[in-house]
Amino acid sequence: MVLVLELHHLIKEFPGHRAVDDVSLQLERGGFYSLLGPSGCGKTTTLRIIGGFETPTSGEVLLGGESVNHLKPFERDVSTVFQNYALFPHLTAQRNVEFGLRERKFSDAAQRARRALELVRMNGKQDRTPAQLSGGEKQRVALARSLVLEPQLLLLDEPLAALDPKLRKEMRAELKAMQRKTGITFLFVTHDQEEALSMSDKVAVMNNGRIEQFGTPEDVYLRPATRFVAGFLGAINWFGNTGVRPEATRLSSERPDGVPCRKAAVESSLFFGNRVHVNSLLNNGQRAVAELPLDQNHFAEGDAVWVHWTPADELRFE
Amino acid sequence: MNLRQWFLLPARLWMALFFAAPLAIVCAYSFLTRGDYGGVERPWTVESFTRVVDPLYLAILWRSVWIALVATALCAILGFPLAFFISQAGRRKNLYLQLVLLPFWTSFLIRTYAWIFILRDTGLLNTVLVRLHLIASPVQLLYNDGAVLLGLVYNFLPFFVLPMYATLERLDPALLEAAADLGASPLATLCRVVIPISAPGLMAGCVLVFIPCLGAYLTPDLLGGGKTVMLGNLVQNQFTTARDWPFGSAASLVLMLCSAILLGFLMRSRIAKELM
Repeated sequence: MVLVLELHHLIKEFPGHRAVDDVSLQLERGGFYSLLGPSGCGKTTTLRIIGGFETPTSGEVLLGGESVNHLKPFERDVSTVFQNYALFPHLTAQRNVEFGLRERKFSDAAQRARRALELVRMNGKQDRTPAQLSGGEKQRVALARSLVLEPQLLLLDEPLAALDPKLRKEMRAELKAMQRKTGITFLFVTHDQEEALSMSDKVAVMNNGRIEQFGTPEDVYLRPATRFVAGFLGAINWFGNTGVRPEATRLSSERPDGVPCRKAAVESSLFFGNRVHVNSLLNNGQRAVAELPLDQNHFAEGDAVWVHWTPADELRFE
Repeated sequence: MNLRQWFLLPARLWMALFFAAPLAIVCAYSFLTRGDYGGVERPWTVESFTRVVDPLYLAILWRSVWIALVATALCAILGFPLAFFISQAGRRKNLYLQLVLLPFWTSFLIRTYAWIFILRDTGLLNTVLVRLHLIASPVQLLYNDGAVLLGLVYNFLPFFVLPMYATLERLDPALLEAAADLGASPLATLCRVVIPISAPGLMAGCVLVFIPCLGAYLTPDLLGGGKTVMLGNLVQNQFTTARDWPFGSAASLVLMLCSAILLGFLMRSRIAKELM
């Protein structure tokens, strides 16, 4: 296993608060990784430290085994796809992609740029300026501009945030395919858990400047290490210190035998086409959501029900 | 007349009375013969224009263009970094902009006289330099091209800084980071990103400095001491001491033509289209 990026005890302090608090992380070459967390959790600051735009208060950044702490952004073999693309408005798509190649004195810059634009399916629009491109097209050009440099590590700062919801979903599959095709390591920053889970080989979940868990999407979703991870990665019903996902939560009219259960009353149900969310109010005043297939929903508002689950589906935190 | 036309009326009257009419008079005068004690007389003639192309006057024209060009270049060299600095200054932007505009709180004439007091043989600068034994006797700082350039740059620098600042202020900081990220050094970022994107502001600033510099007469008159004659001084002289109104009119028309040609070139350029 070859490590492309190592973060050792990274700390970044801003006046009045600690944005990044002892972050350590190791990424293997060729993977698709996500930094997932709510806004203000320190994920973007971490990305900016890796890119060289922020200096860590303490800790070390290693790229390909070598410390890059002292290197300026233009000296680091990483490239960033910015949230608002940051395409140069005075240059065509082709010239934007050539920008970094020309800086590195490639003699075949134009050809390489053309191939990169083909990769992101932007051939035919290479002579347009950013003002003449749609959001999704700008996104592709920004991606080509970074990919063409074949960096050791590609940093993506919420690159889908500015796209409309339909396009966002399409771009997920495309980004992942692009990563597999190029073999470049991607580090993807997002606050959208669905995005992180669907695309990544491994997800680092951040909260309050710390990485709470680093694992495969299955790990972090099915075996969350902390209450925060459990709650952030999907809806969860809390029964004391026990968490149960809505899809593992069941309802019945009769008291079930041999499984944990709570008495409740149905408050409302929400129809989602292929499934129904039934909200119920527990006797202790808390609420629980059960996600049921359509054929299991025979509950009406006000019905007295038993909320139950199997112990194997419990997520326990001390 | 509809409402729109009524609203335009004051501006139209103003321009007709104070721009078109005087310009027509100057045009007419330039084709007349000089009167003995000023004023103009018949017959109609193009003599004034044939005199303008005299090598003596072409030299003055060339000298004016040259001084205005150097002053513009100096304003750009000093003003661009200043405007960039202010645009990156965060919350102190407004304070710095106020400081740039501070000289305008005092009359142009008074500020120019202040420079005379600083630069003359017994002035502030010479006195200090002599006292510090950096020079043995006062140096001639006033009444030369250097003093004229100093005065022009000092007076017109804000006219460059303001449009330049307006353009640089809109520059997305992410573009600077993107350039660095793609491997561009700070110098490369300046040349390949900042200057091309802010070219419209650069052009606007240069025009706003060059045109008034070309026609300047008070600064070269006071700081140039009559030796450094620019086109503006020539025009002034013709209407006062030389009492040759037709020639003064012709010279001022040539001055206007120079400015108009320059503006025409700029308006046709790609940069102007972006600016609109």
